[in-house]
Amino acid sequence: MIALLKRDLALAIRAGGGFGLSLAFFLIFTTLVPFGVGPATGILGTISPGILWLGALLACLLSLDRIFQLDWEDGTLDLVATSPVPMEGLAAMKALTHWITTGLPLVAVAPALGMLLNLPGPAYPWLIASLALGTPALSAIGTFGAALTVGIKRGGLLLSLLVLPLYVPTLIFGALAVSRGAEGLDATTPLALLAGITLGTLAVLPFAAAAALRVNLR
Amino acid sequence: MNLTVTDLSCARGSTQVLADVSFTVAAGEALILRGPNGAGKTTLLRTLAGLTPPLAGRVDCPPDAIAYAGHADGLKAQLTVQENLEFWAGVFASGTITRAVDAFDLEGLLDRRAGDMSAGQKRRLSLARLLVTGRPIWCLDEPTVSLDTENVQRFAAAVERHLDGGGSAVIATHIDLGLPAARSLDVSPFIAKRLRADDPFAQGLDDPFAEGVEP
Repeated sequence: MIALLKRDLALAIRAGGGFGLSLAFFLIFTTLVPFGVGPATGILGTISPGILWLGALLACLLSLDRIFQLDWEDGTLDLVATSPVPMEGLAAMKALTHWITTGLPLVAVAPALGMLLNLPGPAYPWLIASLALGTPALSAIGTFGAALTVGIKRGGLLLSLLVLPLYVPTLIFGALAVSRGAEGLDATTPLALLAGITLGTLAVLPFAAAAALRVNLR
Repeated sequence: MNLTVTDLSCARGSTQVLADVSFTVAAGEALILRGPNGAGKTTLLRTLAGLTPPLAGRVDCPPDAIAYAGHADGLKAQLTVQENLEFWAGVFASGTITRAVDAFDLEGLLDRRAGDMSAGQKRRLSLARLLVTGRPIWCLDEPTVSLDTENVQRFAAAVERHLDGGGSAVIATHIDLGLPAARSLDVSPFIAKRLRADDPFAQGLDDPFAEGVEP
């Protein structure tokens, strides 16, 4: 399983691997918002928690269809399925790779973009904490969606339709934690709920993804 | 390390392809699957490898014994030959890749990106993976596609060494590999005459799109 993780990380940073694509999308998305909303700092400060979370969510979505599709197309998925690595392990490693290459960079640049959107000072620790706790759930749910749609030609749109509704709880509690933080309130409760959602998805979805993969490989 | 197949029925999608296939492949033996295109060779191999569950019947072999190689090479274009092989060595926890490199003469290509190689070279790399897996039973689907004569012989030699070492192989191919220990099995007599009995759609009763499916 470590070999899978190492190979996928190596592939991500090679040419055409798509590393940084989500990050660039996140940067562009958040810089476009002030152009659309106007430069009024009051409005930007109020909506920035939601915008940052929405941007992170859409950026995650962008790279989901690559998770299994490339391995399926070149036959690697069949070969891994017959290897000693269990499908559950494969799904978990794919989710972890997706998080390392997508979620983690988003957490790292989010504070800089918060400044761009005039996010109030007290909200920064909550922004970092909520993204760090919430993005693993985005990767886990996305991996499950990718497993369901593997093998469907141009399944990206279907994948978005499947996955976006499942992202709603994460978005609600993530954005709520940041906006409560922005108002100087305690945001431990939404953060705890966010962590609960993440732990739940991490515990259940690799098994669901493995089951979906087995069906799709038949 | 026997591979025993008893009354096996296999399906592709919801269509039954083969019915009541039975054979045994003992250690040191190779079974060559013959049959026209679409007869069900690939489906049988995928069922043996455990990718497709059988409709009926049994496949008996020790766990984690089968190495499968299908039509697709399963290579990553951005990785070098060495990286590709080392990845599989890591997945199968089998250590060294030197034996595989020697068997398919990949020494000079180790630093080449898989994406920059010819179809025949890719196939050689894909076959070298079988040695890396260290598994005793090889299930190979058209392994000699895009190989030149010299490399077909190299492949046959690798299979023969594998058989001499107590391994076995089930190979679907249209060419003569010249293996002394090989038996042939024509799959055409096993082609299923009827569609799945428990699937109303496959029987074409309620499905307006099933008219084109042969009964």
